[in-house]
Amino acid sequence: MQRNRHVPWLQTLPPMTSPIAALLLRDLALARGGGAGLGLVFFLLVVTLTPFAVGPDLALLERIGPAILWLGALLATLLGLDRLMQADHEDGSLDLIHLAPAPLELMVGAKILAHWLTTGLPLVAATPLFGAMLGVAPAATLKVALALLIGTPAIACLGAIGAALTVGLRKGGLLAPVMILPLAIPVLIFGVAASDPAGDGFGPMGVLAGLALGYAALGPFAAAAALRLLRD
Amino acid sequence: MRLVAERLGVDRGGRMVLRGVSFSVTAGEALIVLGPNGAGKSTLLRALAGLVAAAEGRVEFENGDPDAPREDALHLLGHQDGVKAGLSVRRNLAAARDILGGEGDLDAALGRVGLGHAAELPGSVLSAGQRRRLALARLLAAPRPVWLLDEPTAALDVAGQDLLGELMSEHRARGGLIVAATHLELKLEDARRLELQPLTMEAEED
Repeated sequence: MQRNRHVPWLQTLPPMTSPIAALLLRDLALARGGGAGLGLVFFLLVVTLTPFAVGPDLALLERIGPAILWLGALLATLLGLDRLMQADHEDGSLDLIHLAPAPLELMVGAKILAHWLTTGLPLVAATPLFGAMLGVAPAATLKVALALLIGTPAIACLGAIGAALTVGLRKGGLLAPVMILPLAIPVLIFGVAASDPAGDGFGPMGVLAGLALGYAALGPFAAAAALRLLRD
Repeated sequence: MRLVAERLGVDRGGRMVLRGVSFSVTAGEALIVLGPNGAGKSTLLRALAGLVAAAEGRVEFENGDPDAPREDALHLLGHQDGVKAGLSVRRNLAAARDILGGEGDLDAALGRVGLGHAAELPGSVLSAGQRRRLALARLLAAPRPVWLLDEPTAALDVAGQDLLGELMSEHRARGGLIVAATHLELKLEDARRLELQPLTMEAEED
């Protein structure tokens, strides 16, 4: 009945019907049904409006382009956060997740991965195109895309902590992004530094990767602990 | 298998909702938890499920697998049915079954609860009663020995209540045990009863 109970997760890969894979696939299917495009559209809006606000100064746009891309991507990633845990809390699915024969940390990890695959990864994929819209050179946009590829998972992990902490609040919609924003600032600083086309980028990219690994290690445990503490 | 609660007390937000609840249910038995609104029936079920920590006393599964967490052996059918509006009925059940680690047949479970014809409909078009039937299908698709049912008849029609009665007796015949909270009559033969009363302020000060 509980096939996977005694299987050490680190020694064998879970089969596709494991609770963790099932939750990941469910969240991916739910995102395909709607909501996944929202962050991308928001990102597009930021990038489209910036030239109108700054003015038709190509040199300036090219210089601030990476920062605009990072700001847009950061805010777009924060946009869908309130639904990450809240939707499951409201319809009772969170109880199912608590009763799954798998560690809650890994279940939360599956949710974070699904969230990043449907919101973070499309932003990374769209960055070369959006960078071109800001007049950023192709080599520089690829650098921004690489930095975002490393940085957005860190933001998703932070976001999960915020989402878990605000899970019981009826109107906690904007609370999670505001709460985690201070912790996301290092990611933004080193992300933009790593995207700098003039700099060698290796140092800041290394710090960014370190931040991402740290947050990836912390995120599932902190979010699961918050869910355990706040379940009612 | 035996589910035992000893002098169980639960604190919610600094207020004792339950105090001194003791009972035991063995395999094949059913316990009906009765009481007015606010008596702590749902809280009791969530405490039995381990979703709410007990402030006093203890809950134990005896003769179960000592290594297995309690959560792995039970179903909790709460007020919300856990149905995703964006997924089809079949996909909803498949996701819930796999998350719970079950291996039951989806179509058989859906047919049993009378949703065989609706398998491909999206969850958003289901009525409250159909959503509850879909939640009942979970009990069949992912067999677990302990059923904790919170107002299981809510939104069910007469046929649905008969179906629930059949499912519960079959579960008991297989050696399962049931704790059901309700304020209505359930179709459960020779079930034991536990009456809960709301804790008043004076009782709290005792």
